[in-house]
Amino acid sequence: MLALYVRLLRAGFDRHASYGAASVAGMFTNIVFGLLRVGVLLAVLSGSGMVAGYDAAATVSYVWLGQGLLAVVLLWSDGELAERVRTGDIALDLARPWNLQAAIAATDLGRAGHAMLFRFIPPVAFGALLFPFRWPHAPLTWLAFVGSALLAVVVCGQIKFLLDLTAFWLLDSRGVRALWAATSGVLCGLVVPLAYFPDWARRVLAGTPFPAVIQTPIDVFTERGNPAVLLGVQLAWALLLVAAGRAVLARATRRVVVQGG
Amino acid sequence: MAVYRRLLASRVRGQLAYPLSFGLDLLAQALGQTIELVVIVVLFGRVHTLGGFGADEVLLIFALAGIAFGLADLVVGQLDELPRWIRTGELDVLLLRPLPVLAQLVTADMQLRRLGRVLVGLLVLGVVLTRAPIAWSPVTVLLLISTPLVGAVIIGSIWVATCAVAFWVVEAREVANAFTYGSSLSTAYPVTVFAPWLRRLLTFVVPAAFVAYYPVLAILGRSDPLGRPDAMRYAAPLVAVASVAVAGLIWRAAVRRYQGAGS
Amino acid sequence: MIVHAEALRREFVVGKRGARRRLAAVDGIDLRIEPGETVGFLGPNGAGKSTTIKMLTGILVPTAGRLSVCGLDPVSRRRELARRIGVVFGQRSALWWDLPLADSFDLLRTIHRVPRAVHRARLARCADVLGLAEFLATPVRQLSLGQRMRGEVTAALLHAPPLLVLDEPTVGLDLVSKERLRAFLHEVNTEDGVTVLLTTHDLPDVERLCRRVVVIDQGRVVADDELEVLRGRFAGPRELIVDLAAPAPQLDGATGLPGVTGSRVEADGMRRRYTFGPATSAASLVAEVARRAEIRDIAVHEPSIEDLVRTLYAGARPGG
Repeated sequence: MLALYVRLLRAGFDRHASYGAASVAGMFTNIVFGLLRVGVLLAVLSGSGMVAGYDAAATVSYVWLGQGLLAVVLLWSDGELAERVRTGDIALDLARPWNLQAAIAATDLGRAGHAMLFRFIPPVAFGALLFPFRWPHAPLTWLAFVGSALLAVVVCGQIKFLLDLTAFWLLDSRGVRALWAATSGVLCGLVVPLAYFPDWARRVLAGTPFPAVIQTPIDVFTERGNPAVLLGVQLAWALLLVAAGRAVLARATRRVVVQGG
Repeated sequence: MAVYRRLLASRVRGQLAYPLSFGLDLLAQALGQTIELVVIVVLFGRVHTLGGFGADEVLLIFALAGIAFGLADLVVGQLDELPRWIRTGELDVLLLRPLPVLAQLVTADMQLRRLGRVLVGLLVLGVVLTRAPIAWSPVTVLLLISTPLVGAVIIGSIWVATCAVAFWVVEAREVANAFTYGSSLSTAYPVTVFAPWLRRLLTFVVPAAFVAYYPVLAILGRSDPLGRPDAMRYAAPLVAVASVAVAGLIWRAAVRRYQGAGS
Repeated sequence: MIVHAEALRREFVVGKRGARRRLAAVDGIDLRIEPGETVGFLGPNGAGKSTTIKMLTGILVPTAGRLSVCGLDPVSRRRELARRIGVVFGQRSALWWDLPLADSFDLLRTIHRVPRAVHRARLARCADVLGLAEFLATPVRQLSLGQRMRGEVTAALLHAPPLLVLDEPTVGLDLVSKERLRAFLHEVNTEDGVTVLLTTHDLPDVERLCRRVVVIDQGRVVADDELEVLRGRFAGPRELIVDLAAPAPQLDGATGLPGVTGSRVEADGMRRRYTFGPATSAASLVAEVARRAEIRDIAVHEPSIEDLVRTLYAGARPGG
């Protein structure tokens, strides 16, 4: 059984290895948006040199790490699962002798692995070469970062999984996914550091899994806070969301069976 | 002319046939625009000026740029579908009709929900106009009305020119995104926030600065903090004309390329 | 001449980085078509038929050679040409997918600036012959393939173009639909003088509809002549099958039978097959056999057009 999931992991990796031109195009977009965001945020800094604990180097690192992580966690779902639910093809997936949730997660991790090498490194390298960059001071941070990124992929994957599952009840889940697409950037800390938000907003966000997707891995890398705590929170959300996904899928499956697929 | 109207009419009717669904789509678009507004508000929670401009002034730029982008998205947003048209060979059908290809693509559909962005822009504009230090005059009023329209033409030209890249490398469509949605981002802020080299790029190569920044300087009666000539503040219409010309050339070359490369 | 092509050539670049090469899909095609002709393009898959059609209609630019369609250069005068030709692609639709068929026709009427009354008359005639009335109000995406093709052909003719080009129009159609379409195209050609150019794999299309056949293989014209002439020159032998009342050993040896190139005995001598060339009259051969033996029944097999085409392909390939 484990071999199957390892196989899926590799498949996820290989599938994206062939998208040469698209990856380059994606990188270009990352760099353009990164440059624009850096401009705006550095302008915020221009007066005082430090805002909410971010100096120039930390701000720059925040932006480029965010752009890099964007492709790794793949913030926006392509809706493939939701489409399969809508057309009924999902019945084929459910009929297979595997754990659908695990299968999707394995494939996603494979893809994330490929993205880590080819979509994360370029924008970060670009940023680090052209701007003042804040590198980790402690060697253990690198390890913590890899763990954090992994957990972020899982958390984001489960959020997307749950969103796609709404298709079982909503038939047209486009609206839900459009809502996520519009708001996720800000909520996950891709656009503006969450530390910039007013206190009440930050408290609310702390009760959601969203920061765990982008802001937390960045915090681990830039050593803002205790890595054990940061990773612990991510792990808790990951476990919670996996359990939720499992429960929802079970209910959805029952619904399919009852309706006759 | 009548043909395009009829093509669009059937599409538009189709969208309005499901008012609830349409309403939600409109809301989603509005939400997208509002999120950017939230970002600006958050930033001004931490500082008082951005790039030398106060909150109301930045919001004025944001509002006008948002309306311009929404209008451009409404008219030429269809071009995002270009890779699909090329891949399925449906583009050939367009070549077989006695009409310009671009006009056909653009009128193949018109997603009214994109007006959601325009609505948000208008709302913010309404609020800001009561608070910003505007030097009111007939010229100012003219500028307020014309800026989003002229800006839409500039952004639309950028859209056409960059989507044309799909004729050369179909998978490189995302490159167009960098310019089109990048336009949305870069036009919403005063160009002074960006580094000097980026500022020059956004003024002379991809003329994002003329969509809202320069016209707003004129509306506020301010001179360019970067020291550029005051006349540039009124140059947006000229820039729009030049953008259309350049986009037209690129598009024609792109269609010729499609006929040359085959499928 | 409604179509004039000289040394038409079209190359494509194929292969991945480092191993690129230029492939000539069309390698020097000459074509002269007069108004009012019906021409069938035959050729194996990948022969260059579709590429030639794309060049004729202005979708693709030739790499070399001269091309004039309806007196215009297809690429530079694309929009003018679009008003003078009608094109039907078997695999692609020129209609609006989610609109009723009638709406597609009406949109085309506006695009081509056809006066209402004229449009109504033309549509009525097509509707009558092709039986469109029952599905004019149906959205195109809900039509069956046969219905859709009838719609496509109508759409292509609504602006009364002097030239109609069809790329594999009968693919996937049932026999009844095919026959209906062929009959309609025949009528349009004979009554309205529309020049019809047709690429197809379906040989009965050619037999039923085309006076002239152009065979294309590997980007070159392998044969270009009237169908009957080609049949006479390249066709294989015909076959006479004679069922006898009783075995006739006197026929063994086949001496004296005019033009017979081979014979076979079957069914314990009750049936004889004679192959003979196109120069021999079947009637005279039957008479000769009848003089020597009692015949119960006869059948004459003409070489099929499949045989003809196969011969033509085979003739072109080795060394070609």
